[in-house]
Amino acid sequence: MAAWIQRNKFSVILGVVVLVLAYIYYFSDKTTALSMYRYAWTYAVPLVLCALVGVIGERSGVVNIGIEGQLLVSAFAGFFGAAYSGSLIVGILSGVGCGLILGGFLAWTTVKWRMDQIIAGVVLNIVATGITSFYYKPGQLLPALMPHWSIPGLSSIPLIGEVFFKGTGVIALIAIIAVFGIHFGLFKTTWGLRTRAIGEYPSAADTAGINVITMRLVNVTLAGALAGLAGVFLSMDSTSSFERGMSAGRGFLALAIMIFGAWRPLRAAAAALFFGFVTAAASQLQADQVINVPPQLVGTLPYVLTLVVLAVAAGRVRAPGAVGQPFVKEGK
Amino acid sequence: MSTPANDGTQPRGIPTEGTPTEYDPTVPEVDTSEEHLAAIVTNEEILALPAEVSGFGAGNVGEVILDVKNLSKSFGSVHANKDITLQVRRGEIVALLGENGAGKSTLMNQIFGLITPDTGEVTIKGDKTPIKDPRDAISRGIGMVHQHFQLVPVMTVAENVMLGHETTKGGVLDLDTARQMVRELSEKHNLAVDPDADVEDLPVGTQQRVEIVKALSRKVDLLILDEPTAVLTPQETDELLGVMRDLANGGTSIVFITHKLREVLAVADHVYVLRHGAVVGEVTDIANTTTTDLATMMVGRSVVLNVEKDAATPGEVVLQIENLHVKDDRNLGAVNGFDLQVRAGEIVGVAGVEGNGQRELVEALAGMRKVVSGTMRLGDLDLTKANPYQTHHAGVGHIPEDREKHGLVGAYSIADNLVLNEYDQEPFAKSGVRQFDKIRAYAEKLREEFDIRSSGVGQSAGSLSGGNKQKVVVARELTFGPKLLMAAQPTRGVDVGSIEFIHKRIVAARDGGAGVLLVSAELDEILSLADRIAVVHGGQVVKEMPAEGADRAEIGRLMAGDH
Repeated sequence: MAAWIQRNKFSVILGVVVLVLAYIYYFSDKTTALSMYRYAWTYAVPLVLCALVGVIGERSGVVNIGIEGQLLVSAFAGFFGAAYSGSLIVGILSGVGCGLILGGFLAWTTVKWRMDQIIAGVVLNIVATGITSFYYKPGQLLPALMPHWSIPGLSSIPLIGEVFFKGTGVIALIAIIAVFGIHFGLFKTTWGLRTRAIGEYPSAADTAGINVITMRLVNVTLAGALAGLAGVFLSMDSTSSFERGMSAGRGFLALAIMIFGAWRPLRAAAAALFFGFVTAAASQLQADQVINVPPQLVGTLPYVLTLVVLAVAAGRVRAPGAVGQPFVKEGK
Repeated sequence: MSTPANDGTQPRGIPTEGTPTEYDPTVPEVDTSEEHLAAIVTNEEILALPAEVSGFGAGNVGEVILDVKNLSKSFGSVHANKDITLQVRRGEIVALLGENGAGKSTLMNQIFGLITPDTGEVTIKGDKTPIKDPRDAISRGIGMVHQHFQLVPVMTVAENVMLGHETTKGGVLDLDTARQMVRELSEKHNLAVDPDADVEDLPVGTQQRVEIVKALSRKVDLLILDEPTAVLTPQETDELLGVMRDLANGGTSIVFITHKLREVLAVADHVYVLRHGAVVGEVTDIANTTTTDLATMMVGRSVVLNVEKDAATPGEVVLQIENLHVKDDRNLGAVNGFDLQVRAGEIVGVAGVEGNGQRELVEALAGMRKVVSGTMRLGDLDLTKANPYQTHHAGVGHIPEDREKHGLVGAYSIADNLVLNEYDQEPFAKSGVRQFDKIRAYAEKLREEFDIRSSGVGQSAGSLSGGNKQKVVVARELTFGPKLLMAAQPTRGVDVGSIEFIHKRIVAARDGGAGVLLVSAELDEILSLADRIAVVHGGQVVKEMPAEGADRAEIGRLMAGDH
């Protein structure tokens, strides 16, 4: 533990400072603070999940620029699956299933067929926009609202419990578990060591007897389930409707968050929360009439922030060595 | 001495005559005790087989570990391996000797399961099942150290060693066990490595030790080393040869791929010589073999290994480098206060382990890399801020280290490549219009003169063999009459015949009055070609000396930073 703190000194200090500030604000104005923090977390959930999709893909050596498309199709499939079947479960499953299928599509085209990863992702995004717009039908309703619970014990912790564990949906909880689980998996397990190896230097993994192709296929495909969950969250949990193009670039924001988080799940989650908080703060300031700018301009904030973040991160973080390069075995 | 085909009845690997001076090439003290056999035979499945199948058992030490019969592999129309038959016995060091492109690595990649053979049979410890993939090869006791190290740079030594056969405790990676394993192996085999160091921070010599430890951690019976000495200093090479001998004495068989004759004679028990994908010679009596014998087998005719040249007659200074500082791609100082003079009519050899600023120095001189501070002058001209076009037209010929990337345009014809930096000059162009007949005539002349083997000057340069590609570059850079010739690794990846030719042309350029700056990682090349040697370490010249009477060992020490 002591060694871990020593290694991550900067992150730990930053985290403590942020937490102290958050509590100070919380105790000075409970209602506003809580509503802002909850807004931030709701905004951050799909970003966290999508950033994890990006992290798993790129750590395995595959750029996933199609997260946006996975998100949109899953949101569509989740909402209409639930609306037509009358069952939330069916909706969730069809959303997650679409995430998996599109993940599989991306994996197969880029890993098996060695298609250019950027182009495959762009194709996925274009297809996603086209299909969801074409089959979109207005006036549909969800059969019910997604259930929200409070976790006993945890939800009574001031601030943290109230934001993360009080009246929370299942997907937000999964997001929290996924962040810690994938972080642990990536850095502490055999799966993680091999995943990092195939993303950094695949031929080293290959000569160590690891099947690079299979592992990339599986990782990229399964990560699609997380994008599916994020889509379901968008159309069924944070709102209860599907709109054309409702992913609104979140898949790309997630990639920026992934970079800002240095391809590490915990840092990426922190970055997503930061994005959420800035957006929440901006709309709060506007609601309080502190700043008087058109709402459209406030809406651009996450995207402007992305630019700033990427400029700051550029040159400070290092991508996995083999990201974007298909793995080719000679003579086979 | 040379038996092109072996009928398999003659036991091989143990010299029948001649007593080598440095070591005893027979497996020392044949120990047939149960414990010893169990210790060296690591694959339990094979141990379970009856002795006549597995080849193990009392009196069977020195048995055939690897038996390759009539193996062939083609890539398209190229026969990489033709009907190869060879055997490796336990505790034996077998050298696979051949020029670049002779098919040595292809052969070993098939043994390691990276490439699937077209026809033929590979038997490992009596097991004829084809090797599916590296995982299969590893599980059958084969380890390979590749020419390009297969290490994940951002991971620690321990992580790299455990990769693929991880130890876990309750699902969590158990790094302590891996560290312990690395320490034990490094102690046992005299391979100093720190298990917690990040691989990317380690010098190449250490990275190689990590590779060997990695292979040994899988309990190998047969260790394949693919050109292991290419990146090492002479001292590191000697150390490695010592480690190899120890391993072989401990019962590990070693296949050692190389084209360095000196090393073969120093360490091998048994040599197979490959040419054009086929075994063309076999040597078991190392003690009575000379480098010339081996070179002759490699090339198929006798070659002159030593460059014949007269004493240099240095004239005025053509290149003057003063306190030069250049950064590398990672923006770290690569050349740090470099001072050197090259005179007309002399060859100055820059000797050093790769990665000590040689590449950055040459790139800076060629105008391809920005100079941070210091000056470089060609005669009276200041080239410090010149671009490659200006540098060339000032009279600098440049044989770049990476000919595929900086020397040629692979998709262009030989003719176009031969005029690559003169294409806009008279007579190859008039008022901006290219004169194809002039270009063709010029190219034909050079093709003849430099013996560029091709179907014609219209053939694309990319389709030529390594040696012929290099001849195109050499022809272009020598023919325009440079005042200074920079030759960076001019014979890397080039066959022995072409090496001889290129060396002669470089000497001819010197005799024609050009100053030559020769940068090479091959100390032998520097020693035989240069008139003066500048040893570099850490981006600086640590010592200059005349080549005449230069001491290999001293240069090696200086290269390693011991000065």
